[in-house]
Amino acid sequence: MKILSDAPIANLILQDGTVYQGEGFGSLENGYGEVVFTTGMTGYQEMLTDPSFAGQIITITYPIVGNYGISDTNIESEKIQASGLIIRNLCDYPSHSSSAMTLDNYLKKEGVPGIHGIDTRSLAKKLRSSGVMMGAIAFENQTEKIIENLKIATHYENLNLVEKVSTKTTYSSISDSHYPNNSPTKIAILDYGVKFNIQRILKSLGCDIITLPHTSTAQDILELKTDGLLLSPGPGDPKLLNNTIEMVKTLSTKLPIFGICLGHQIIARAFGANTYKLKFGHRGANHPVINTKTGKVSVTSQNHGYAVDKNSLPNELTPSYINLNDDTVEGLVHNDLPIMTLQFHSEASPGPTDNKDIFENFLNLIKKGTV
Amino acid sequence: MSTLPSKVLVIGSGPIVIGQAAEFDYAGTQACKSLREEGIKTILVNSNPATIMTDQETADVVYIEPLTKAFLEKIIDIERPDGLLATLGGQTGLNLAVELSESGILEKYNVQLLGTQIEAIQKAEDRELFRQLLHEINEPEPPNVTVDSVKNAIEVADSIGYPLIARPAYTLGGTGGGIINNENELESVIQSGLNASPINQVLLEKSLIGWKEVEYEVMRDGNDTCITICNMENLDPMGVHTGDSIVVAPSQTLSDKEYQTLRTASIKIIRALGIEGGCNVQLALAPHQEIAAELAKNSRPTKEIDYYVIEVNPRVSRSSALASKATGYPIARVAAKIAIGKKLNEIQNSVTGQTVAAFEPALDYCVVKIPRWPFDKFPSGNRQINTQMKATGEVMAIDRSFESALQKAIRSLEQTETSLLWEDPDWKSIDSWQELPLFPPTDQRIWALAAALRRGASVEEISKKTFIDFWFIQSIKNITDIEKYVMENPETSIDSKFLLYAKRMGYSDVQLANLGIAEGLAEHVRNLRKSMGITPVYKMVDTCAGEFESITSYYYSTYEEENEALPLPEPKAIVIGSGPIRIGQGIEFDYCSVHAASSLREQGRQSIIVNSNPETVSTDFDSSDRLYFEPLDEESLRDIIDNETNSTSNFLPESVVQFGGQTSINLSQKLNNVELPILGSTAQVIDIASDRKKFEEFASRNGLPQPPGATVTNLKEAITVAENIGYPVLVRPSYVLGGRAMEIVYNIFELEKYIEQGLIASPDRPILIDKYFEGIECEVDAVCDGETVVIPGIMEHIERTGVHSGDSMAVYPTQTISQQIIDEITSYTIKIGLGLEIKGLMNIQYIIMRNENTPKVYIIEVNPRASRTIPFISKVTDTPMVKLASGIMIGKKLRSMGYTSGLLSSKPLVAIKAPVFSMAKLSGVDTHLGPEMKSTGEVMGIDKTYENALAKALIASGLMLKQNGSILLSIADRDKKDSENLINDLIASNYIIYATEGTANFIRSLGYDDIKEVSKLDQGNPNVLDLILNANVDCVINTLSGGEQPMRDGFYIRRAAVEQRIPCFTSMDTARTAVSIMHAKIDDQGYTIRPQINYLMN
Repeated sequence: MKILSDAPIANLILQDGTVYQGEGFGSLENGYGEVVFTTGMTGYQEMLTDPSFAGQIITITYPIVGNYGISDTNIESEKIQASGLIIRNLCDYPSHSSSAMTLDNYLKKEGVPGIHGIDTRSLAKKLRSSGVMMGAIAFENQTEKIIENLKIATHYENLNLVEKVSTKTTYSSISDSHYPNNSPTKIAILDYGVKFNIQRILKSLGCDIITLPHTSTAQDILELKTDGLLLSPGPGDPKLLNNTIEMVKTLSTKLPIFGICLGHQIIARAFGANTYKLKFGHRGANHPVINTKTGKVSVTSQNHGYAVDKNSLPNELTPSYINLNDDTVEGLVHNDLPIMTLQFHSEASPGPTDNKDIFENFLNLIKKGTV
Repeated sequence: MSTLPSKVLVIGSGPIVIGQAAEFDYAGTQACKSLREEGIKTILVNSNPATIMTDQETADVVYIEPLTKAFLEKIIDIERPDGLLATLGGQTGLNLAVELSESGILEKYNVQLLGTQIEAIQKAEDRELFRQLLHEINEPEPPNVTVDSVKNAIEVADSIGYPLIARPAYTLGGTGGGIINNENELESVIQSGLNASPINQVLLEKSLIGWKEVEYEVMRDGNDTCITICNMENLDPMGVHTGDSIVVAPSQTLSDKEYQTLRTASIKIIRALGIEGGCNVQLALAPHQEIAAELAKNSRPTKEIDYYVIEVNPRVSRSSALASKATGYPIARVAAKIAIGKKLNEIQNSVTGQTVAAFEPALDYCVVKIPRWPFDKFPSGNRQINTQMKATGEVMAIDRSFESALQKAIRSLEQTETSLLWEDPDWKSIDSWQELPLFPPTDQRIWALAAALRRGASVEEISKKTFIDFWFIQSIKNITDIEKYVMENPETSIDSKFLLYAKRMGYSDVQLANLGIAEGLAEHVRNLRKSMGITPVYKMVDTCAGEFESITSYYYSTYEEENEALPLPEPKAIVIGSGPIRIGQGIEFDYCSVHAASSLREQGRQSIIVNSNPETVSTDFDSSDRLYFEPLDEESLRDIIDNETNSTSNFLPESVVQFGGQTSINLSQKLNNVELPILGSTAQVIDIASDRKKFEEFASRNGLPQPPGATVTNLKEAITVAENIGYPVLVRPSYVLGGRAMEIVYNIFELEKYIEQGLIASPDRPILIDKYFEGIECEVDAVCDGETVVIPGIMEHIERTGVHSGDSMAVYPTQTISQQIIDEITSYTIKIGLGLEIKGLMNIQYIIMRNENTPKVYIIEVNPRASRTIPFISKVTDTPMVKLASGIMIGKKLRSMGYTSGLLSSKPLVAIKAPVFSMAKLSGVDTHLGPEMKSTGEVMGIDKTYENALAKALIASGLMLKQNGSILLSIADRDKKDSENLINDLIASNYIIYATEGTANFIRSLGYDDIKEVSKLDQGNPNVLDLILNANVDCVINTLSGGEQPMRDGFYIRRAAVEQRIPCFTSMDTARTAVSIMHAKIDDQGYTIRPQINYLMN
């Protein structure tokens, strides 16, 4: 019973010295990362396993987490990618047909620390006004030392996290079923931290996919003779990936390309646009974007800390989607080449599936040269 | 739409009935504001005067007229609006719009229906069309067939299999629906469903009892942008009407995939329907596999995410009001803007002030809604909850854990000792949890769940019995575990860690005291926790989980770290609201609270509203400077006052207790006891007026006549008093809410029976016994500043004493009372106001006895607060009563506002307030009028003459009789003499008269032989019930007689009339009045139809 909880005291310590006290769960080892918050109310398992959260400690603003347990299927990669989890109330009595274990046990099993009992609203407001910052979930009573550690540790923006989350080897998978009377479309995915759901959706749309390590060269990709290329989402600052610029430039005239999230930022940078760090990012399942062509608004799933600078866009790139909250670029199309990008996550999981059809647009782009 | 309309007609929802409560006042008021912001002229029509929407300030032109096609056509003819907004007036508004459209009236006057179009409404409301639509878009619906006869239904039942659910088409709150378990039950349910449906259709569908019930509030604009405002999960699975379910937002047991699958389905549906505005989609989702295993084989899930679409409401609904308050997103406001062609991304999010309305709110708290049922007033009613909604109102609570939100909501109900610890006295003898009322569910189920856990049932056992998801039961167990822990560790339990945990789980100080903590005294618990630094903080409801800075001032309490509600800097006052809508305390007190907040604001005070009812205008975040959504009890109020106390200025915020009905007035003593200041009449004054003994002393000191009577504390005293003053006597507890537990008793046996029940009903309050006088009842509202007493008008009741004032028709100005009596009432009122030193409002009820040598006036009771009639009297006399009272509270004088003591001269109009009942929804409840209030709402008929006003009141309340029709009379002996005129009138009108034996003999004795005598219930068929159920009569008059047999027969007769939806009069006075007016003409000559304000002019 929680009344007599013997859970260890844990501290959430921020780089600026702020300390929040709570109770630990999951693995009881200190965890470091950039502390960010998401306002999505469901999908904690998908968030934890989303490679784009690598290097970050996730604060979930919805205060009751763990209700439907952990399933074998709600995963977006093979393991928990986040460095830690911060919540208000931990549910240790999940109820769901698909639940195989509790959230607590899941974090334990994967060696990731969690802290609960935190005034997560206050924390989110702090991150909103001060900006995201490095922090630690700490179990030892050495606040000073941990603040020192946070100061000297490599900060999120300088970490090459893609290296950690990308596949080391190339692998392929076959489509679920082929479009009637059509041979499968062959798509290469450059894995900067791909989510399983991107692969699932492409396969369900009749694509055979080949997933390649982030270090792959233009030559590697062209040799596969695919019909199109998808640059996946992933963690970290796109500036650290300037080695991709040439590769994208080379491929841009040879293959239809679709970039999502980090992939979008990489493409924008390849064409000369700048990216910058947002104060506290966009993370959640409720961000409205407007399609600049149709004027239609849709609700999107988002998870990014960097954005493409609208004022730096070259003439050849046109924003296809704009965020209604802060007017940032949410998608681009190339005026002449078959290249499209999205800052938000049309693959959802977690979040609304309103934009699933954009994958079909990409397939149309491949087949007809236009969406 | 090509051009913006310039003048829009908004239809309200009429009187408060079960299924249609204050939420539509909230929706309509928001809509009017929203349209006026866009520069559009608004014309508002509603028959319910107790609403904010019928205030002159809400719309450009306000009509208080009956909501019928004929009246609306007249209004359209006068006003010539170019747009009609019908999706904000509940099912009433929607049905009227369909009627107006189908009868060609909209086309004739060139009025465009705004927002969702008729075709979409029909597709959503007509079962068959909706089914087709689901089929077209490949969304699953439960196997079902629409039937139009009992015979048809039997065939269908055979093919689908039991259990089945019956849902009549086009009804409010599921009227006439029900669950059918077998063929025996089929006929009566289907018949009542067919009767309830205006198009005589009932949908029979496969029962999904036990499946999860999930709702989505969805919006769509003309540009096809779709968003979901909120999803909500019913704690009570399928089988219980969502209006009768405990609802939590957001969903708690759905995975992201399930959440998104249902969200996507909801959006797909509103796209296919072409909704432009708000819409509610209800879905059933397969339960946990272990619960599914308990269900009948054919209702088990078959797919991984197995769901069915249940229904949609193509309009703003009760759920959308809840969703608005749960998220902060103003659905009605936005829906109104969409209706005039705005896109979601062109509408500002008024909460953040910086983002747009095209987004989905993110919650960082949990919301729990609990319905408020009327069974405290109707103990004999059938308490089972099912697909027929029975709740009159609801409460909502917000916190950061489900447990705490649930417990705060239970506190907000203001019943069952406001605690989950409560158990029905009947359960004391139940040892086995299996015998508790867990399934089928009743209104007491949430307490039964806790009781079952206390009796050792496991979470699994309870879930499998009730089909409620394990998660919810486990959460309730988290609450009962605290009780258990305290019981087992009485010594060690009071450390700060425990107390903080208990507070975070929603335990109130009183509840902890009841567990024996801190010597069992709530005050000690409070002091103890405060000494440990355990006090609540307040967090904002901001639509975005803190992601953006917000400007709203809407807060809830929680036990966490950061407090976002720093004390308001200016002098302020706290307006205590009236909580859930219940019989005896309805929307009128919300009206008063809203006016109090805005008047205080106008007069230089910052206003703070505290309330627990999500349906209301008062809980709209811009009704006050600050809103605390909290239970209305001592603990909440004191915590809020502590939070608002500015330590530097030493200014203690004052509380306004006069406007929230009995809820707030009852808090006056508690606040006063701890020396917290009250604005207006002092707690002492309130106590004198409310305490019978003290008031008696006051009355005799001041020469104010009262019916003889006394206060007693036991049966012996009661018998002595009753014999001294003579039967019949009126008995009631000393503190009264809506005539609760008030009865007229005619002999010692009835008295004995009453005292036994009465003392239980009110353990620490004595019983009052008064001589029961059968006279004319008058009612007065007055405002007083200690020097001047202003009486805007006197209202005369049509029913004699013995019928609760809330159930009486009241006429302004008085029609049959002499000037001398009026002067006497005026002078008593002034005397009472000045003598008691009332500062603010009071309401006094008088009886006039004419059968004495000279007519005599007696004072029955004084309420030192706003009464039910304040909105009515304010509107018909054009006197801003609440504003005057609020001014007085902060030091203004009536004289300086231009008033002198006395009765204001009558306005050149007649206005009649008529009660409206919801009896069809409450099976097992006797409908006869008496001293216990039974009505749920009211309408107003206003015109230049008494006859016209009366006709309008009767039309609006559904009691207008046909000009040629048939009637059943069954009149008690003591009323027979009184019924002569009425019988003469009926005969003269060529009415076909049916009568029961005694009444038939009486009519024949008057010389009329052409009547049909009907047999009693025990005299074989066809009998009096068959007559009613076979629709042979249009109306029933049945007055109450003492004997047990006629009592029982009468009950069945009255219920049959209710089921048949025909007028049933139980008071001779109402019946006579209705008969006298049935020939009033509904044509140009008969009525005046004009904006309400124009009646005030000559």
